[in-house]
Amino acid sequence: MQYEPVIGLEVHVQLKTKSKLFCSCATMFGAEGNRNTCPVCLGWPGSLPVLNEVALKLGIRVGLALNCKVAERLKFDRKNYFYPDLPKAYQISQFDMPVNGRGWLDVETKGGQAPFSEEKKKVPVPFITKRIGITRAHLEEDAGKLLHEGIADGSLVDYNRGGIPLLEIVSEPDIRSPQEAYDYLTALKAILQYIEVSDCDMEKGSLRCDANVSVRPVGQEKFGTKVEIKNLNSFKMVQKAIQYEITRQTEAIGDGETIVQETRLWNDAKGTTFSMRSKEEAHDYRYFPEPDLVPFTLSRETVEEIRKTLPELPLERAKRFIKEYGISEYDAYVLTQERKLAEYFEACLKGQILGKEDLSLSAKLASNWIQTELLAMLNAKNIAIEDCSISPQALAGLIRLVEQGTLSGKTAKDVLQEMAATGKAAEVIVKEKGLTQVSDTGLIEKAVEKAIAANPTAVAEFKAGKQKALGALVGAVMKETGGKANPKVLNEILLKNLSK
Amino acid sequence: MEINIEKISELARLNLKPEEKHKLAQDLGAILEYVKKLDVLDTKDVEPTSHVLNMENVFRADEAKPTDAARKALQHAPETEGSFFKVPKVVQR
Amino acid sequence: MDNLCSLTLKEAIELAKKDSAQPILDAFAKRAEALNPRVNAFLRFNASDINLPLTAERLPLAGVPISIKDNICIDGREVTCASKILAKHVPPYDATVIEKLKNAGATLFGQCNMDEFAFGSSCETSAFGPCRNPWDLERVPGGSSGGCAASVAADMTLAALGSDTGGSIRQPAALCGVVGVKPTYGRVSRYGLIAFGSSFDQIGPLTKTVEDAAILMNILCGHDPKDSTSSPEKVPDFTQALKRDVKGLRIGLPKEYFIEGIDPEVEKSVRQAAEIYKKLGAEIKMISLPHTEHSVAVYYIVAVAEASSNLGRFDGVEYGLRVPSKDLREMYFETRDQGFGQEAKRRILLGTFVLSAGYYEAYYLKGQKVRTLIRQDFERAFKEVDVILSPTSPTAAFKIGEKAADPIAMYLSDIFTIPANLAGIPAMSLPCGFKKVTVTNSDSHQGCELPIGLQLMARPFDESTMLRAAYSFEQETGIYKKKPKL
Repeated sequence: MQYEPVIGLEVHVQLKTKSKLFCSCATMFGAEGNRNTCPVCLGWPGSLPVLNEVALKLGIRVGLALNCKVAERLKFDRKNYFYPDLPKAYQISQFDMPVNGRGWLDVETKGGQAPFSEEKKKVPVPFITKRIGITRAHLEEDAGKLLHEGIADGSLVDYNRGGIPLLEIVSEPDIRSPQEAYDYLTALKAILQYIEVSDCDMEKGSLRCDANVSVRPVGQEKFGTKVEIKNLNSFKMVQKAIQYEITRQTEAIGDGETIVQETRLWNDAKGTTFSMRSKEEAHDYRYFPEPDLVPFTLSRETVEEIRKTLPELPLERAKRFIKEYGISEYDAYVLTQERKLAEYFEACLKGQILGKEDLSLSAKLASNWIQTELLAMLNAKNIAIEDCSISPQALAGLIRLVEQGTLSGKTAKDVLQEMAATGKAAEVIVKEKGLTQVSDTGLIEKAVEKAIAANPTAVAEFKAGKQKALGALVGAVMKETGGKANPKVLNEILLKNLSK
Repeated sequence: MEINIEKISELARLNLKPEEKHKLAQDLGAILEYVKKLDVLDTKDVEPTSHVLNMENVFRADEAKPTDAARKALQHAPETEGSFFKVPKVVQR
Repeated sequence: MDNLCSLTLKEAIELAKKDSAQPILDAFAKRAEALNPRVNAFLRFNASDINLPLTAERLPLAGVPISIKDNICIDGREVTCASKILAKHVPPYDATVIEKLKNAGATLFGQCNMDEFAFGSSCETSAFGPCRNPWDLERVPGGSSGGCAASVAADMTLAALGSDTGGSIRQPAALCGVVGVKPTYGRVSRYGLIAFGSSFDQIGPLTKTVEDAAILMNILCGHDPKDSTSSPEKVPDFTQALKRDVKGLRIGLPKEYFIEGIDPEVEKSVRQAAEIYKKLGAEIKMISLPHTEHSVAVYYIVAVAEASSNLGRFDGVEYGLRVPSKDLREMYFETRDQGFGQEAKRRILLGTFVLSAGYYEAYYLKGQKVRTLIRQDFERAFKEVDVILSPTSPTAAFKIGEKAADPIAMYLSDIFTIPANLAGIPAMSLPCGFKKVTVTNSDSHQGCELPIGLQLMARPFDESTMLRAAYSFEQETGIYKKKPKL
C-alpha cells in the first residue's frame, strides 16, 4: 500500500523586545546565570504579571504577515504543570482566545514528494506555490533553562530565558513532505526577519520547531496517529527527522504494528528519533483564565496602524523583482529570502551599473555577482550580508569597471577581495595597482604585430587550421602588455591581422 | 461523588499517605456533593465571570530595568551552585 | 504604659507627632511580649529595640506600629503564610502596601498569625499553633486574618493589615469585636500579597475604630502599575466621608441573610442595628439577593481552583522548604506532602479536580457562571439601596476544635462574607453588640461576652458611603469602647 505523510509544525519564535513579556527584565542573550530575573519571572510568591505592550504588537505583526484573523478580544490563560524550568508551576499562555486565529502562508516549494536526498543538483527546478494553513499564533512566556551537562548530582536552573515573549505559530497539517516542511520553515523565517520581530537564530534558541508527523494510506481522509518530534535544532534536522519518522511509521504499519501517540526526540548523531518516555505521562494542563491579567480588546484602528507598518514581504518582493528587473524566478527567490540581501541587491542596482535602459542586464549582472562572488566570499568568512564591508554602491562600481572593459572578470575577483579587506573603492584599487585593462586598440595592434612577427611557426600552424596555435599568440601579446590587454579586443585584432 | 484521588494527587504532586488518601477522598466527595447543588440553576445563557472589574488593556511599556532580586533569591534558595539554582537529577521515567 | 496601647491609631499619631513614637513602640513591644504567649496573635514581632527613623514624626503615620498579616511580603523579613512549606522564606522585595506604609512612616511591628495560606475561618490551620480570641482564649478569633483581629482587639498593635478572599478580614473582625474593611476588588494593590484566590483577594485594614480604618484606607488605596487588576479609579479622602449623617440613606436588609442556623442573638443584634439606623434617619428596606445560598459553593469551586494553581510554585526549587530527595519527582512529592497541612491539601486537591479534564465545565465554568448571577443580584439590589446591612458571621466566636472536623460546617461560617468577594464590592464589619456566654476554662469561671459583627456592603468603589454609615452607627452606640479583659 502507498502511504502519504501528514505533517504539521509548531514554531516558537522569540519576539524581539527589550524587556520580558510580563516584567521589566532584560531579554539579552548570554548574561550571567539568573542575572536577568526579578520576583515576577522568578515566580516569587506575591509577584504579579503586567503585559508588555510591544510584545503584543509584535505578535499582531506576525499575525498580519501570516494573513491571520487578528482577535478583537483576547485573554491569557494558565497552563499548569510541574517542571523546574517553570517557576510558577504554570505557564502564562493563551488557550481559547489567542491573539491570532486562522491564517495562511504561501510557500514557494519544489513541491510534492521529492525526497531531499535527490536535491543535489543546483538546477533550478520550477517552484510551485503551496498554501499552508496557519491554525493560530499565540503569545506565551518562555521557560527557563535546565543545565545537566557536567553535573553529576543534579541539574542547574537558569531563569534568564524565563518570561521572554514567545509566539507559538501552529500550522495546519497541510504539509506533505520533508522538503515542504523545510520550505515552509524557510519562508516563515524569511517573513519573521522581514517584519523584524525576531532574530530567528536557532542556535540561540530564538526560533524553535516541533513537528507533528503521521502517515495514512493514500486516498484516506482520516489522519493516522501523530507523533510529536522535539529537539530539532536546525531546519535540516527538521527535514531529516521527518523523513526518518515517515519511514519508521510506514515500516511499522507495514509490519502490522500500531503507531503510539507519543513525543519522540531527534538524535542527530544517530540520525534517529527515540521515544521520550516509556509510559506517556498523562498530561492535564488544567487551563483556566489567568486572573492576574485583564482581557484585551483590539480596535480595528490599532490593527490597521500595525498593518500599515508592514514592509513588502518576501514573496511579493520576489514577484516584483521578476516583473521589474526581469530576473529569473530562481534568482528572485534566492535574493528575497533575506531582507538585507534583497535590499543589498536593490541598492546595488541604484548604483548605476549600466545606463537606465539596460536595467534588466544590470539586474542580471548584479544578481550573478552577488550570488556567486559576494555570498561565496561572505559565507567563507561567515559574515552576514548586513555586516559586509563592501557597500552595494561599491559593488556596483566594480561591476561597472568589468562591463566597461577596464577590468577582466578574473582580476575583478581579486579586486573584490581587496575591497573587502581594505574598504577601498574598486576604482582606487585598480588605479593604485595599475590593474587597468588595456583596451587601447593602437597599443594592442602593436603588440599583435610584434607577436606575429616573432612567432612564424605558430602563425603557420594556425593558418593550417590548428586552432590551438592561437593560444601561443595570445600568450605572447599578453606578455607584451603585462597581462593587461582586454582579451576581447586582443582576440578581435589578432584574428583580423591573421586573416590579412 | 467518586473522585480518582490517585490521579488528582499525582497532578497536584501530593504524596498522600493511605489513611490521608481515604479521609481526603471522603471530604472531597462531600464537598463536591454540596457543590453539585449549583446544578439546579439554569446557566445556559449566562456569561462566566473571570474578572469582577470591567477593566481591559492594561500594559507596561517595553523598558528593561535591572533588579537585585536574583542575588537575594539565590541567598535564600534551598540549594545553589554558582549563580544557578540547583535541583536533584531529573529522572526520565 | 498600658494606656498607650489602648490609644486609637488617630490618637497615637497625634501623640507621636507632638512628641515621639518611641514610647508608644516600647509600650506595644512590652505588651506583645506579655500577651503573645497566651494569644499567639503574632508569629514574629519587633522587640523593644526598634529604631525609629528620625524623620518619622513628620510623616502621616508618625512612626506608630502597624502589624501585617503573614502573607504580605516585606523585603528581608521572613514571611511564611503560617505554613511549614514557607518556613524561613525571606522575600526579596516589598509588597506595594508595605512600600506605602513605609513611605507614610509606619513602623512594621508584628507579623500576624493566620490560617495556613489563608485557608480557614478560625486560625486553627496555622502550622505554628492556633491564635486565640482575646475575649475568650478557648475560642477561635476567626480567620483567616485571626492574628490581625486578635492583636488589634488585645491592644497588642494599633492596627493591622489583613487580606480578605471570602471574609478573612471581616469574619475575624466580627469575632474579635474590631473594625475590618475589605475594599472594592482593585482598590488596593495585590502586588506582594501571596495569592490565594487571585480574583477575590483584597488587602484591607483591621482597626479599633472606623476613623482609623479610613486613615489607613487613605494610605493603602490607589492605582499600582505592578498589578494589572489595580483600578485607576480616583481615591477620595475617606476621612472626609466620616460624618454622623445617614439621613435618607437607603439601607437594605437581604432576606436571604436571616436564615435558619443563624444564632438568634446575632440576628437580634443586627436587627437592633437596623432600628438604630432607622432612628438616625435612614430608610430600611427588605431586599432580596436570591442566589445567596449558592455563594459558598461557587466560592469553593472558583477560589480553590485559583488557589491550586497559585500554590503550585511551592515545590522546593527556589525557596522555602525542600525535603532532600534522590530525584526531582520525589522532591516535589515529599516537599509538598510534608510542607502543606491538611486544609491546604484538601483545597489543592479540590481545585485540581475542578480544573481537570472532563470536569472543567461541570464545576469551574459552572461556578464562574453562577458568579455572574450573584454579581447581578447585587447590581439589582444597589438600584434600590445604597448600603446593604447583614450579620458578618452567623455566629459569635466558636470553640477551638468545634468545627475543625467538618469542612462544610466551617465553610458555611463564611456564607455572609463570601458574596461580596464574588461580586468584588466593598464590605466591612464593625462591632454591633455582644453575646453573653459562660466561660468554663481554668483562668476564669465568670461569664464572658463575645462580640457580634455587623456587615455593611456598598457599590463598587463607594467605600465612602459605607464608612459614613459605619461611622454614624459607631459614634451613636460607642460599642467599640468595650475591651476584652486579659
